Amino acid sequence: MPIALLSDIHANLEAFEACRRHARAAGATRLALLGDFVGYGADPAAVVERVMQLQAEGALVLKGNHDDAVARPARYMNDLAAEAMEFSRAQLSTVQKEFLAALPLVAHEGAVCFAHASAASPERWDYLDGPSAAWRCAEAAGTRLTFCGHVHRQMLWFEARPGGMSPFQPVPSSPIPLRGNRRWVAVVGSVGQPRDRRPAAGYALFDPAVGALTFHRVPYDHLAAAQKIRAAGLSLQLARRVEAGI
Amino acid sequence: MPSGPLATGAEIDGFVLGERIHAGAMGRLFRVAHPDHLGPMVMKLPRFGAGESAESLLGFETESTILSALSGSHFPRLIAVGDLERVPYLVLPFIGGEGLGKIAARAPLPAEEIARLGAAIADALHVLHRQDAIHLDLKPDNVIVRPDGLATLIDFGLAHHARFPDLLAEEQRHMAGSAPYVSPEQVEGRRDDPRSDLFALGVVLYELASGELPFGIPATTAGLRDRLWRDPLPPRAHVASVPPWLQEVILRCLEVKAAARYQSAAHVAFDLRHPDRVQLTGRAGKSAAASPLAQLRRWWGARHGSAASRGRRAEENRDAAPVILVAVDTGHPDTVRDEALLRATRRRIAVAEEFRLVCLAVRGGFERPVIAAAESTPDPDGHLDHLVRLRHWVEPLKLPPERLSLHVVEALRPAGAILDFARRNHADTIILGAPTAGERALAWWRSAASAVASQAPCSVHLVRAPAAHEAPDNAFEIPAFTEEDVP
Repeated sequence: MPIALLSDIHANLEAFEACRRHARAAGATRLALLGDFVGYGADPAAVVERVMQLQAEGALVLKGNHDDAVARPARYMNDLAAEAMEFSRAQLSTVQKEFLAALPLVAHEGAVCFAHASAASPERWDYLDGPSAAWRCAEAAGTRLTFCGHVHRQMLWFEARPGGMSPFQPVPSSPIPLRGNRRWVAVVGSVGQPRDRRPAAGYALFDPAVGALTFHRVPYDHLAAAQKIRAAGLSLQLARRVEAGI
Repeated sequence: MPSGPLATGAEIDGFVLGERIHAGAMGRLFRVAHPDHLGPMVMKLPRFGAGESAESLLGFETESTILSALSGSHFPRLIAVGDLERVPYLVLPFIGGEGLGKIAARAPLPAEEIARLGAAIADALHVLHRQDAIHLDLKPDNVIVRPDGLATLIDFGLAHHARFPDLLAEEQRHMAGSAPYVSPEQVEGRRDDPRSDLFALGVVLYELASGELPFGIPATTAGLRDRLWRDPLPPRAHVASVPPWLQEVILRCLEVKAAARYQSAAHVAFDLRHPDRVQLTGRAGKSAAASPLAQLRRWWGARHGSAASRGRRAEENRDAAPVILVAVDTGHPDTVRDEALLRATRRRIAVAEEFRLVCLAVRGGFERPVIAAAESTPDPDGHLDHLVRLRHWVEPLKLPPERLSLHVVEALRPAGAILDFARRNHADTIILGAPTAGERALAWWRSAASAVASQAPCSVHLVRAPAAHEAPDNAFEIPAFTEEDVP
């Protein structure tokens, strides 16, 4: 039962739909949506509507820091993020806001842990930005495998020696067996706002039957998504980020 | 989990253990049989359990992951993998042939045999490197020379693959490789440079040529680090009859800095197959190691700054050192077409870091296809003429000799000769002239271009000279494929 791992959609409906189509074609029968559905992009309401529907159909849905900031304005946000957050807040219905507010931060299923940022103190929204952060996450998760988002770059952390994590930059579309009696922490990348200078949407697909994880990059009509951001009157810089993957 | 020692007669997942072929520090090897699998097979069992180090298990994981991603006749095909949690094992086909270890025991060998063996190993390494993998433990015991002359590499327990996390990256101190063969950069902890395999190949060739090991069998880390600066005795100091071209190839593989070695296994294979084309340098004639003063300088240099220099990752390496094959129709000189071909060649080599340009003139022969190296035999029937024209064609590129080789090939079917040459020499690009409207009479060349394009093992660049006048009415008709010209 291959499971598609989508995170950091950020109100980018075009990227979200493209990744779902890609995952379906690749055989995914389940979805795990790891949070940050709103912020930055032009379609927060449409994205959240779809997420609610997918949850009703069995998708695993977690809360991200942007989703959290809808109800509780966050002081750490920069001007750009704060402006986009104002926009998202104005677009969302009360039901949608309540849905976001009620989402869990972490989920466990068998040998797998899911989180938006880190399984360690998830409410602090720490970035997995180094070996020690990755290890804290793996240890707090308590599972062999942890899947997260939050950092908008795909990365696979693996336990290279007991208690020590090493980063591996995955090659898109190349399945990686997550074998052995070691911890693995995968950062699945961002659907709606990749930041590695490549505009293609990022997500990952885990196949429990063979224990393999495949990172994907999906080209989509990012120019249309950027145009919508301009049309919505949001900062031009936000459109530029989607266009250039920055 | 089966307890106690696994022995002949035991059964694991349907595989019945036969004769034990090998038992070593990292594991054991049994012949096995299975009702569902035909052909002779072996099972490789890593040592596991209490008291055993984790290294053999990491090696097992590494080997099973990488073997499952490799394809081709130079590597064992993975038949079955045992569950790591239960009984880890690998089942592989039994590879018939002679272990290079046995062959090496007969060293010193004649230069021709070393060239043949070395080229076969270099072929295998090139295919491996093209698949983003590096062996990192090349030594005679890990090469089997099959009856057909191809080399099969075995034991990928220390290998690296660019598309998988390197489980051994942090195990460096214990698992650098086999002490006599390991490259300087591996000693320094780097595991992602394919040129490390070329250093190990140099040690193997040295051993075959002299019966000696260039750096001995170091037992300590300090001894292992000697190769970061020590200038080994040249093979000719051991065996005076080692030809200069072979010593050149060996010592170039053994350069401390990876950038000073061959940049591609395909280039090593090429030189070993064309000894008369090897560009001889000071390495070729050396009869002693560097002077004590020079050695002291090397030692000082190695202590201050990384001797092995910047590495180059497997995926970067793939396009860095291409073999570019240009087929020039010397039988029908055409200034406009030949200039267009030259411009295309110039553009291609401009983007390559280190390339080898192989120029091929194909003569339409009327007897059995003969492939002869140009210049090796004076040719009474115009062979030399073709060579002169080829040399004239390539002269404007002003290439140094080590970048260039010229060949006149005699063949009934030019396409077949070009394809065969491209395959045997690992060409990355073939550049040849497209048939022009005016050349319709020369049906062979047109079909040669299309046959090469459709069957080449690599990219093909068909160069068409700009038309001097308007195309005739029938220029857009697709000509029928001439079947007789297909090789």
